[in-house]
Amino acid sequence: MSADNTAALLQTPLHALHIELGAKMVPFAGYDMPVQYPTGVMTEHRHTRTAAGLFDVSHMGQVLLVGDDAAAALETLVPVDILGLELFKQRYALFTDESGGILDDLMVARRTDGLFVVVNAGCRDQDIAHMRKHLGSRCEVRPLPEQALLALQGPQAVTALSRLNADVAKLVFMTGGFFELDGIPTFVTRSGYTGEDGYEISVAADRSVELARKLLAQPEVKPIGLGARDSLRLEAGLCLYGHDIDTTTTPVEASLTWAIQKVRRAGGERAGGYPGATVIDRQLSEGTTRKRVGLVGSERMPVREGAKLINEAGEEIGVVTSGTLGPTVNKPVALAYVAKPYAALGTPLFAVVRDKRTPMTVASTPFTPNGYFRG
Amino acid sequence: MTIKYTPDHEWVQIDADGTATVGITVHAQDALGDVVFVDLPEVGKTYAAKEVAGVVESVKAAADVYAPVSGEIVEVNEALRDDPSLANTDPLKAGWFFKVKLSNPSETDGLMDSTAYDELVKNS
Repeated sequence: MSADNTAALLQTPLHALHIELGAKMVPFAGYDMPVQYPTGVMTEHRHTRTAAGLFDVSHMGQVLLVGDDAAAALETLVPVDILGLELFKQRYALFTDESGGILDDLMVARRTDGLFVVVNAGCRDQDIAHMRKHLGSRCEVRPLPEQALLALQGPQAVTALSRLNADVAKLVFMTGGFFELDGIPTFVTRSGYTGEDGYEISVAADRSVELARKLLAQPEVKPIGLGARDSLRLEAGLCLYGHDIDTTTTPVEASLTWAIQKVRRAGGERAGGYPGATVIDRQLSEGTTRKRVGLVGSERMPVREGAKLINEAGEEIGVVTSGTLGPTVNKPVALAYVAKPYAALGTPLFAVVRDKRTPMTVASTPFTPNGYFRG
Repeated sequence: MTIKYTPDHEWVQIDADGTATVGITVHAQDALGDVVFVDLPEVGKTYAAKEVAGVVESVKAAADVYAPVSGEIVEVNEALRDDPSLANTDPLKAGWFFKVKLSNPSETDGLMDSTAYDELVKNS
């Protein structure tokens, strides 16, 4: 990479802290981000599964939708029940396009001051433009670039964060609230992208380093880079936008129908009314020709994005959209799209890696048990 | 015994008996991160210099391993196959990849010495 490209990269408010911690920095979604710290991806992954990891996810887009009509308005862009989202509850959602494809995936939480939306870094500008265009007349679309976002993930995240404010222990999975963490005002949700119990913390950029240092001072907490974030989410069976889902995949093909509540499906009280509803409702009733599944390999060879999947006869039946050697399961794990007849759990098939076949089996996700705290 | 280097971040230890031991450099393993898998060439197979002879994979990426010189594979590191992390913990010794019987020893003249390689790493 040329020096010019490096100079053009954006930095999160924690950039200098990453350098101080010895992070290896890489370009990601236009930001100079820590891919790993000196201990490496494997150690960071395991630490998050057993203790608590601190992630800087400030590159993600935070947006507040303000106004009484915001929830009804947002329902015109997502196949998700937003009106029914109670105060301080959080929900996973998808922006769809007219053909039912996925424009981005996002998290929505209802706060006292509006709907708090977190979108992917790589889609942020497009998402904000999309919301302004379609929602701008019904609510205020207010990006929050002055906010940083930290994630504290792992079975001991609750122990560590409780020392800064004991009340965060009362939150359950996919709920949130405003909390002062050792005097620092934040908005905290009990959610994340690792499959573990944990929190995501929206904090003013100018207090974010102070908060990160307080968290890193806890004996359970170590900094974790994007490398482990990817292997953790993959083992948790969570989709990565631009890889496992995009405009060429619908929520039904992507096995994300759990995100579409009954009230938004055909026959529901607020059925349709979002882009691609006709396609998605038809697929919900008739099924699709391909489906996203989890795969586990029996040989130790990692099977990565782009690997072709074939059946016993050698016919192409699908493609891997992300995969690695799962550090916790210690086997190759992958997310893939396969033709419907091969989507059943336990179906044997082969991935083609460097012109060789390696056997894999359709498996349920998550590949490692979730650690979500449901109370 | 001489150790030379390739622009692909491999080291080549050339022994008096006309064989060369090949591995990846400290810089290479550092750039890759935690190595989780290696694909080693078959013993008895012959490669031309710069042909892909194997693969090394970390959690985040896969990289080709090239035959730095032409010749026949005479031995591969089975210990590395069983424990790929040797490529990280001891890349220059226990983490070697394969041994090749040189078919054209003069090819080694085209490889870098440690000074030239250090310079390459410094500027990369």
